[in-house]
Amino acid sequence: MLILECPYCGVKAEETELSPGGEAHLKRFGPGSSDADFEAYMFARKNPKGVHFERWRHAYGCGKWFLAARCTATLEVFGTYPAQTSEPPAEIIANIMAKRPAWKGFK
Amino acid sequence: MSTRLKSGGRLIDRSASLEFTFNGKRLKGYAGDTLAAALLANDQMLVGRSFKYHRPRGIVASGAEEPNALVNLGSGARLEPNQRATTTEVFDGLQATSQNHWPSLEHDVGVLNNYAARFLPAGFYYKTFIHPRAAWKHVFEPIIRQSAGLGRAPKDRDADRYEQAYGFADLLVAGGGIAGLQAALVAARAGARVWIVEQTAVWGGRAPVDGDVIDGMPAATWVDAAVTELASLPNVTLRVRTMAAGVYDHGYVLLDEKVADHTPGDGRPKHRLWRMRVGRIINATGAIERPLSFAGNDIPGVMLASAVRDYVVNWAVSPGDRTVVVTNNDDGYRTAITLKEAGMDVPCVIDARVRADGALPARARGLGIRVETGRGIAKVKGGKRVEGIEMCLQAGEGAASSFIACDAVAMSGGWSPVVHLWSHCGGKLTWDDAHAFFRPDATRPPITHDGSAMVYAAGAANGALHEALADATHRAKIALQSLGMTAETATAPAHDLPEESPMEAVWIMPQGAPIALKAKMWLDYQNDVKVSDVQLAAREGYESVEHTKRYTTLGMATDQGKLSNINGLAVLAGSLNTEIPLVGTTTFRPPYTPVTLGALAGEARGEIFQPLRKTPMHDWHEKNGAYFEPVGYWRRPYCFPRAGETHEQAVHREVLNTRSNVGLLDASTLGKIIVKGPDAGRFLDMLYTGVMSTLPIGKCRYGLMCNEQGFLSDDGVVARIDEDTWLCHTTSGGADRIHGWMEDWLQCEWWDWQVFTANVTEQYAQVAVVGPKARKVLEKLGGMDVSKEAVPFMGWADGTLGGFPVRVYRISFSGELSYEIAVPASHGAAFWAACVAAGAEFGAMPYGTEGLHVMRAEKGFIMIGDETDGTVIPQDLGLDWAISKKKADFLGKRGQERSFLASADRWKLVGFETLDGSVIADGAYIIDAGVNANNQRKVQGRVTSTYHSPTLGRGIAMGLLRHGPVRMGEVVEFTKLDGSTVKAKVVNAVFYDKDGEKQNV
Amino acid sequence: MSDPVSPLSGARYDGFATVREIGPLGMITLRAKTGTPGLEASVMAATGCEMPAVRHVVVNGANAAGWMSPDETLLVLPYADVAGALSKIADAMKGQHHLAVDVSDARAVFRVEGAKADQVIRKLSPVDVDLLQPGELRRSRAAQVAAAFWADEGGFTVVCFRSVAAYMFGLLSTSARPGAEL
Ligand SMILES: [Zn+2]
Repeated sequence: MLILECPYCGVKAEETELSPGGEAHLKRFGPGSSDADFEAYMFARKNPKGVHFERWRHAYGCGKWFLAARCTATLEVFGTYPAQTSEPPAEIIANIMAKRPAWKGFK
Repeated sequence: MSTRLKSGGRLIDRSASLEFTFNGKRLKGYAGDTLAAALLANDQMLVGRSFKYHRPRGIVASGAEEPNALVNLGSGARLEPNQRATTTEVFDGLQATSQNHWPSLEHDVGVLNNYAARFLPAGFYYKTFIHPRAAWKHVFEPIIRQSAGLGRAPKDRDADRYEQAYGFADLLVAGGGIAGLQAALVAARAGARVWIVEQTAVWGGRAPVDGDVIDGMPAATWVDAAVTELASLPNVTLRVRTMAAGVYDHGYVLLDEKVADHTPGDGRPKHRLWRMRVGRIINATGAIERPLSFAGNDIPGVMLASAVRDYVVNWAVSPGDRTVVVTNNDDGYRTAITLKEAGMDVPCVIDARVRADGALPARARGLGIRVETGRGIAKVKGGKRVEGIEMCLQAGEGAASSFIACDAVAMSGGWSPVVHLWSHCGGKLTWDDAHAFFRPDATRPPITHDGSAMVYAAGAANGALHEALADATHRAKIALQSLGMTAETATAPAHDLPEESPMEAVWIMPQGAPIALKAKMWLDYQNDVKVSDVQLAAREGYESVEHTKRYTTLGMATDQGKLSNINGLAVLAGSLNTEIPLVGTTTFRPPYTPVTLGALAGEARGEIFQPLRKTPMHDWHEKNGAYFEPVGYWRRPYCFPRAGETHEQAVHREVLNTRSNVGLLDASTLGKIIVKGPDAGRFLDMLYTGVMSTLPIGKCRYGLMCNEQGFLSDDGVVARIDEDTWLCHTTSGGADRIHGWMEDWLQCEWWDWQVFTANVTEQYAQVAVVGPKARKVLEKLGGMDVSKEAVPFMGWADGTLGGFPVRVYRISFSGELSYEIAVPASHGAAFWAACVAAGAEFGAMPYGTEGLHVMRAEKGFIMIGDETDGTVIPQDLGLDWAISKKKADFLGKRGQERSFLASADRWKLVGFETLDGSVIADGAYIIDAGVNANNQRKVQGRVTSTYHSPTLGRGIAMGLLRHGPVRMGEVVEFTKLDGSTVKAKVVNAVFYDKDGEKQNV
Repeated sequence: MSDPVSPLSGARYDGFATVREIGPLGMITLRAKTGTPGLEASVMAATGCEMPAVRHVVVNGANAAGWMSPDETLLVLPYADVAGALSKIADAMKGQHHLAVDVSDARAVFRVEGAKADQVIRKLSPVDVDLLQPGELRRSRAAQVAAAFWADEGGFTVVCFRSVAAYMFGLLSTSARPGAEL
């Protein structure tokens, strides 16, 4: 059972205090988008074995959504950060690169 | 026979004698006894029957690894099946009965299976399941069901209570032997927050039994001092009777504390499940001795050598008068020495090794014990009890060289570290050839949240059988260092042990045993898996250890392979002509020993099994006979049956009264979310399919919400409160979900929009006053103008009614003149009572959710969850009028443009009236011509809501039908539960007051 | 108008700790981003409390102000004072984007008291009570429902939603039963 630190209130929350929200950094496609873009937005998920970015809500705490970078294979957590960003912050990326030199990057 | 010795017994209090029963027989024991010790003291060696062949089974071990001595404890509401006699503390009045026998332990009919053993080989279940099927069903299953199985599940409600608690520590030490205590001392002195837990009632583990000397004092003295010091430190928590059941991700550990197993009925919780979060775990769980595989090693009286020693030293119980010790290592000699020194007879130590020249064999010889090297046991003689053994050459094929009479055999096949906690979360093992065991590989530990090691194995659990204290000190230091603490000056106490010569792996005794002997060599005592079974599995192609385990059921008994695992692997490796490490091990999974379901449920039973949400009027409903139904966690009145009324009759009365007089509905559960800010209108226009930004202040508008796929997710009435404030009503089940949905979009997508939300669902009690006389009731309450002009249909107004501060919404879900009145929840019960009183002269009656459903169906109003199921778009329900064509975007708009959803061939909402007036069955389908590829009847639609309408006196229904609205007047056929069909006419879904005149007065 | 009624009408349980339902209390949810002009003044005007630090509660007699999230403050005050406080907040925050809403009736509030009151909390919430700082307000769950609590004189104050008041009382009293001391 995971522990993730909420970047808003600083609580090291256990998984039962959180609710999961799937993959992070999806770009929304609305009316006017192509079928392929909309399909990718709705259904195509990376589901990697390894470094992954995902959404979590501190549901039983401050109620805020935040994002987490972790390894899906080892459950190592590389960091958590506020949701108001379209890409992982540089320090998160740097932390991942330091621990997973073979990682191919966010894109 | 097994008997109590005249003196000794470090754990028993001879001044406190206790009485207990086994299979109804009254027996005596002492405080400090385990049930197993007390049974042996009463010469009760036979304790059960094996699972498959019903062979007699005796006590083999002295701890959690015991495979045989499982009993039913207690009776009635305190009956617990499958309790280990070896870990059960005796108390006065304990009742135990043996399991898995019929009609009695002594005379068991299932032992017939023994003679049928050749029909029950490895893989029997698989083979029989497959072919011939009829044989399984009519022959094997009935017989096996009658004879196999363990204890029976209790039938009564559990009289005990259980609880859970959360604990936190820097370091958790699992195991209260000398290694665990030393690790805890090192960490505690360094200032770490330490927990140390021990599964038995006693600290110290094996060292005091084996006579270890620590820092010049007897181990028991050192243990007492260590415990005293730990208990004096404020940063240390010590718990005995607490088993570390499992290690999980990120330092999560479950501990099962047996608070009151030994004091039943004293008012304390029986068990407490600790849900721990710890920084590091020291796995100091010791080691378990392995049996040796020789023919007849399952006959009662054959025991682990260490267990024999435990019974003598700890409880002053000798399992036999004449005990043969058979070993492949020096440690086994300790048992011979202990027995001899206790005055018992040890006819012989049979050592499989060619040489036995260590200090312990020398001591044994010095005591006059005969030692035979290079020998093994060819077979054990006896039925329900050992009568003697035949000795043979270990290197031979089992030709007996001599018979030795004895009534017990103490066997030692070496030791295996208890690596469960290390392995639960992915720690890897390495094969240690010198000791012939798997031990934790410190280079591949289970890791925690930051990628560092989470578990450190220490002492015997780490394979350090003889340097436990030094190893524990070392591991504790590393663990502390990884936590940013230091214990550099900590040193290990001096630990004096006799030198031991190397052990020699012996997997089959004798080495060249023929099949007849192998078929009597038990690996898994409880599941009756023998050496020959594993070899058969190998021959049949089961090369993976995981497959072999399932095929033979090796290690799948309640001891989960604690005794059988390594021996089984070795036999498999031998059969495959490969090395043990290449065969690998099976996966260790929590719990280490079973955790009772009560502990896992904790406080969640009875009234607090789950949170029941109650409205402020709940007590009134209860007092007035409401029949409740669950709506999410809410409990809402379904109807208010009167004396002699069925629920159906009550619903009909409530509907008719509401339509002709006035009804009162507790609508408090309706979701209420305030949305405020400069961008609130824009935000709601994205959320709803319709336009909310243009809603005038003081007005209400019905709205639909869809998910991004376009499917309808929730609906409700939105009220504009002021320039930048809206109040959104959601469905009763949807309030939290929709509030979360709003926050998701505001926080994660449109974080620059200026909008705040607040879920005020529970701030207000809400009462719907519904029916032609509704206005009269409100006028009677008095305080505000509730006329059509002051509060028009789809308008709202603030004011007071009967002295209560209220907000009145003119909205209707029934088609009648209707006011929904919100009042602060703290006044809800009083306001409801005021409405009941004011309504009395107008015939007001409360109505429940079923009446609400019937009335909305009569009006053709949809219900989220009835008309929708996550695959329905608003257009399917004819709700195009509530979808803005002008808006460039809203959640779900793009999804609804997908070709399948935009198709003209979708199933669409219409009404149905059966030709015979009957009610269509819930979930009925509308059949179509022909069959599909699976030879199933084709369908063209289904019912979504179906009721008897008391207003119309007939069955009415709504449903989805292909091309529905253009097929008005057509007759279709619905399926019935009896396989026949019922004809129904396609009609408009609005059955009552089609022009909506009644609600707008 | 009747007097406001708390959900359990002041239920009480005496175990190894005492559990009392208190209230009704006045409560206001004040949503505004940290640093919004007038926010600190609003909190002071409504409760007489300083703006609470992250995850903390400032107690001033019967009043309190608690940090709930980066843009939410919980104000606690006498039930009868809520309307007045709301108008003070409206004045102080005029022209600023904010939301102040009365939630007095949406909550149930309990006091858990006694030397072992912490043990009751330890059984229900996955919270390291030993590491709670003085004046720390912790939002978490108690068994299956959301709860917020803080330690104060002689025990803890526990807040949950009104509809689950009976469930919460059941949890607290079951956990405080004599014989179940940790
Ligand atoms: Zn948080």
